[in-house]
Amino acid sequence: AGEGSGTMPGDGTGSPAPERVLFPPTFSVSEIKNKQRRHFMFLRWKQQQRKEKLALKKKRRKEREALGDKAPPKAVPKTIENQRVYDETTVDPNDEEVAFDEATDEFAPYFNRQTVPKILITTSDRPRGRTVRFCEQLATVIPNSHVYYRRGLALKRIIPQCIARDFTDLIVINEDRKIPNGLVLSHLPDGPTAHFRMSSVRLRKEIKRKGKEPTAHVPEVILNNFTTRLGHSIGRMFAALFPHDPQFIGRQVATFHNQRDYIFFRFHRYIFKSEKKVGIQELGPRFTLKLRSLQKGTFDSKFGEYEWIHKRREMDTSRRKFHL
Amino acid sequence: SPQVVWSMLGNRQFCSYKMTTKTQNFCRNEYNLTGLCNRSSCPLANSQYATVREEKGRCYLYMKTIERAAFPRRLWERVLLSKNYEKALEEIDENLIYWPRFIRHKCKQRFTKITQYLIRIRKLTLKRQRKLVPLRRKIERRENRREEKALIAAQLDNAIEKELLERLKQDTYGDIYNFPIHAFDKALQQQDAESESESEAEREEDDDDDDEDVDKREFVEAEDSELSDFEDMDKLETSSEEELEEEEEVEKKALHSKSKGKTPLKGPARRKRPHIEIEYEEETEPSTKTKAA
Repeated sequence: AGEGSGTMPGDGTGSPAPERVLFPPTFSVSEIKNKQRRHFMFLRWKQQQRKEKLALKKKRRKEREALGDKAPPKAVPKTIENQRVYDETTVDPNDEEVAFDEATDEFAPYFNRQTVPKILITTSDRPRGRTVRFCEQLATVIPNSHVYYRRGLALKRIIPQCIARDFTDLIVINEDRKIPNGLVLSHLPDGPTAHFRMSSVRLRKEIKRKGKEPTAHVPEVILNNFTTRLGHSIGRMFAALFPHDPQFIGRQVATFHNQRDYIFFRFHRYIFKSEKKVGIQELGPRFTLKLRSLQKGTFDSKFGEYEWIHKRREMDTSRRKFHL
Repeated sequence: SPQVVWSMLGNRQFCSYKMTTKTQNFCRNEYNLTGLCNRSSCPLANSQYATVREEKGRCYLYMKTIERAAFPRRLWERVLLSKNYEKALEEIDENLIYWPRFIRHKCKQRFTKITQYLIRIRKLTLKRQRKLVPLRRKIERRENRREEKALIAAQLDNAIEKELLERLKQDTYGDIYNFPIHAFDKALQQQDAESESESEAEREEDDDDDDEDVDKREFVEAEDSELSDFEDMDKLETSSEEELEEEEEVEKKALHSKSKGKTPLKGPARRKRPHIEIEYEEETEPSTKTKAA
């Protein structure tokens, strides 16, 4: 009952299908109980679908050519970025409230050039070789930064000492099984603390076609795609790591590119070959970050006031919804 | 009797608490004093026996005597030991007075060990505990995959190049780069007393590079005053402005891209086309430069 009006598939699964098999509209492949027959009918149905699709494409292409110039413009393919769920906290460049907020938040003294960033880079207990080397390379990339080993000191006690010695930022690289996998970035005099998950860490020797060592010039900073309020504040955090006046002679640029909530960090040296062409050469380490939480004060895991935590059940429900 | 028990359990028959290794036999009985399987330390094979055990941070002395051997429920007598180390040792001595030396000694040793590890536990809990957060395999896989996709979608190199060109256009680099298409045209406008509108200048900028270069070069040839502007550039690498000043090299350069100094840093791709010519110029340049200056 309900089988196609073509040849009986029971004859042999190897028999070639006729050119046009007409399936009556009430027919559904899933109603056949016999698995072999069902499979066969399904394949035939699939082939037919494909043929139809191909025919449709051909027709459309012919129409397009026939119209020539007057053809309607090609449809833009849907990408995840196109289909992104509109986030209500997206920053409008002309928003006054945001501008006011930014003028009065903890990074204001940095952006007014009142403070010069001084960074302390440290790790979790007992760092292994890869992490140590990564810390060193990071220290060469970020000007005015110092690496200190942890040796079992408690963060809560380090922080007041750092503040006393005029450090503006603290970076803690967490390590697991000999590879760095987490980053805690804390703006010191009472600033926000961001906790990231770090992945794809590549040291300088692992990067192909890399250039020479980064020089001590202050690099430029590129922050791409930080659209929402949260993204904006994270972007400012990153910008506050580098001195505000880049030295263009050095021709180095540090990029934080946000794509679908993943922040890619790259460090390049650029050269302008002409007005329309620029060549970039990657030096320096690279890594990707994913924001896990943002706390208002300095690092405090128990009593801190969290501005944003990544809650998997609530926030990971849609593939087209991003928070940064 | 204990001797019979031992002769059975110790050597011949099966004892479920006994664990054998290559060198030693261990006893897993929780009342065992030393942890080894010996004639003197087996709690089953000794009718008079004592142990020290700790529960929730407090130490107790357990004692077993022959009189209670028939009453398994009341077999082990428990005495709470004081928290004070010396007092507890005295208490052990008091309770185990007239007991064999071996058991007394071992009890005190065991008690010492227990107090030491309790102290250690208390100290460690004050230090930072390392919290182990379990990874969830599915989530890790999902995130890695998404990261790869995001990386492909990001097209980082293109994005960075675009951003840098944008900044060049916006003039954030100021006067460093001699893509004089901007600078020259602006200078042109200023000299012509702003007769040309800015939009025209932009349109010119949007023309072909080659056309622009040729135009500009002709302009350069005519104007001598431009040379003075470039004397400041001497502080930077000299090759770039020399290109602009001299006519012949300029025409050669019409097809090549202009660059700031510090070419060696870019790499072999950069050197293929203009490099040799640059070296020529540098050799000949200084002489002509001094004449011009």
